[in-house]
Amino acid sequence: MRYSYYPGCTVGTTAIEFGLSTDAVCEALGIELVELEDWNCCGASAAHNLDHELSLRLPGRNVALAQKEGLDIVAPCPACYQHVLFADLRFREDEAWRREMEQMLGVTYTGQGRPRHLLEVLSEPEMLTLISQRVSRPLEGLRVASYYGCVLVRPQEFTGWDDPENPMRMDRLVEAVGGVAVDWSYKVDCCGASLALSRADVVISLSTRLAEAAREAGADVIACACGMCQINLDTRQAQADKVPALYFTELLALALGLPVTAKLWGRHGIDPRPVLRQRGLLG
Amino acid sequence: MTTLDRPDPGFSLAVQQRSGEPILRCYFCQKCSAGCPVANVMDYTPAQVIRLIQLGQKDAVLSSSAIWLCVGCETCGTRCPNHIRLAPMFDTLRYMALEGGYKPLPAVYALHRSFLDSIRLWGRVHELSMLAEYKLRSPLGSDLMADIKVALTLLVKGKILTLPERVRGLAQVRRLYGTQESRPAEVQR
Repeated sequence: MRYSYYPGCTVGTTAIEFGLSTDAVCEALGIELVELEDWNCCGASAAHNLDHELSLRLPGRNVALAQKEGLDIVAPCPACYQHVLFADLRFREDEAWRREMEQMLGVTYTGQGRPRHLLEVLSEPEMLTLISQRVSRPLEGLRVASYYGCVLVRPQEFTGWDDPENPMRMDRLVEAVGGVAVDWSYKVDCCGASLALSRADVVISLSTRLAEAAREAGADVIACACGMCQINLDTRQAQADKVPALYFTELLALALGLPVTAKLWGRHGIDPRPVLRQRGLLG
Repeated sequence: MTTLDRPDPGFSLAVQQRSGEPILRCYFCQKCSAGCPVANVMDYTPAQVIRLIQLGQKDAVLSSSAIWLCVGCETCGTRCPNHIRLAPMFDTLRYMALEGGYKPLPAVYALHRSFLDSIRLWGRVHELSMLAEYKLRSPLGSDLMADIKVALTLLVKGKILTLPERVRGLAQVRRLYGTQESRPAEVQR
């Protein structure tokens, strides 16, 4: 399987665990990620807050860059995914805009390949089967709260995900590697996202509430699919009993027995090793 | 909200048209406000913002903190029985506020501005210089030391690049910026 890979700005920096584990997991599963050559930032929250055109043009350049390969574009970051999705839609629906972009970028839009999130790709039924076959260290007894965050699954009319209030794809993945997917009500509640810097108080109260809800549901760890969610949960929990936040790809890497895990745990603000050891998952 | 201003008759239609969202359909069930993660820190809840738009209260809406605190999580739009997506509506209100010379919430605006400047400079976001610009743009008295501490921790854990990555097609990226964007007439420092 081959995909165009749009890593985004965070997986090499604040979400480095996400990037490292994504590379290792995809390689182990025979998924080839072809990095988009010379990709740029999608504009994240900033562009759509201040400038509508820019919020479509920035990710639009990445969609244009992907035309050469014509493969589906996989993004690990939900914001990148959402913005590329909106830009791709604009290419399809607004001919004048498409022409203008094509002229500006010197690329012809073919419409081949569509934007997808990494979790979507890894949780397809045939991938679940493959992953469960490859598990070398089942996450037995590890209770995981799957946290999808706000914009990964929404708006459903654009993303086409299973359920905007109670998505199950990450839960199925947790179960495929032997973990226990706990039932909880905060799967798609927002962490406060970019207010982390401008209104830290808001993010502290939201992240704390999320972590407490996960604990109440009996979770050992929270699994994330977004660099923003993870860093907020990893640095902004205020309660005493802190819940480690791991990327779902880190859990996959652990279950598949990949050596990359040695590089991951030490980078967390809330060290996941004690609970992983307690569950007999670390040697 | 105590008294209403004289309504601006064109305002609700202007917001509806520009955002593409059927705002006049709202019958005030308040599901949006009930599910909003930041409604408790807004001056007007999302449902109140919609009601104010319907009542033509342009000044109250465009000078509210609510329009700058919305994080675009799409919870409200997902739950609205009238299929109004509030996230694009809030985007539209911010554009109208900037164009109309209304003051944005300083810290929120400073962050977005610094972020977009970083992309214009490098093509990708470089956190370290972006944060430095953000701090310079932010109101005095915001928690500088606490933020430096977080930044240092991230540096030590190898989670912030010291040097920026620059895209080769930078000229192309800069052309995307165009000239449409509005800046506030005056931003409080």
